Amino acid sequence: MANQTAKTTTKAAEPAQPASMMAVIAPAVGWLIPGAGHMIQKRWIRGGLLLVSISALFVLGLMMQGHIYKANGGDILDMLGFIGDLGAGGLYIVTLAMNWGQGAVAFATADYGTKFMIVAGLLNFIAVADAYHIAIGKKQ
Amino acid sequence: MTIQLSHFSAAFVFALFASIVFGITHRETTRDMIRYGLYCFAMFLGGVFVAGWTMWLVRR
Repeated sequence: MANQTAKTTTKAAEPAQPASMMAVIAPAVGWLIPGAGHMIQKRWIRGGLLLVSISALFVLGLMMQGHIYKANGGDILDMLGFIGDLGAGGLYIVTLAMNWGQGAVAFATADYGTKFMIVAGLLNFIAVADAYHIAIGKKQ
Repeated sequence: MTIQLSHFSAAFVFALFASIVFGITHRETTRDMIRYGLYCFAMFLGGVFVAGWTMWLVRR
């Protein structure tokens, strides 16, 4: 009886699927370089399309002189903008390091650029989640 | 280097790239990915036209 209880407890403690190293590495690499999380799992075409789409959206946003949000503790919309931009990972880090991105939006289409970069970051968050699902075997 | 896209071309580019990511991340098989990507693209651009005509009607 006691043995059975012990066995049941052991079974309940086991995770549904074994955590692999890939489940940690793929999202991390995918965040840093959009699409790379898929590429290291040999989803070359998907990874390439994600890389091109997310990078193009971010770079177009920069070329449209969009605004880059930096870490801040002020307005809630500024904080959300920062979280969105941060999703772009390496693209955002390089942009900050090179001091690209306009401080203030000067004209209407520049505001589109700001939104392009935020959306690129948010899309990369989705791509990171997808890479994780592939790594744990939830998706093919 | 800077570019200035028109309202429609900005919406078109946005719809194109967002649809590709949605298609890849939201469906399992290649066929479903393509179909869902095209559906999203059509919905994005359809939404642009609907919103445009609605604003035109409201303005009159």
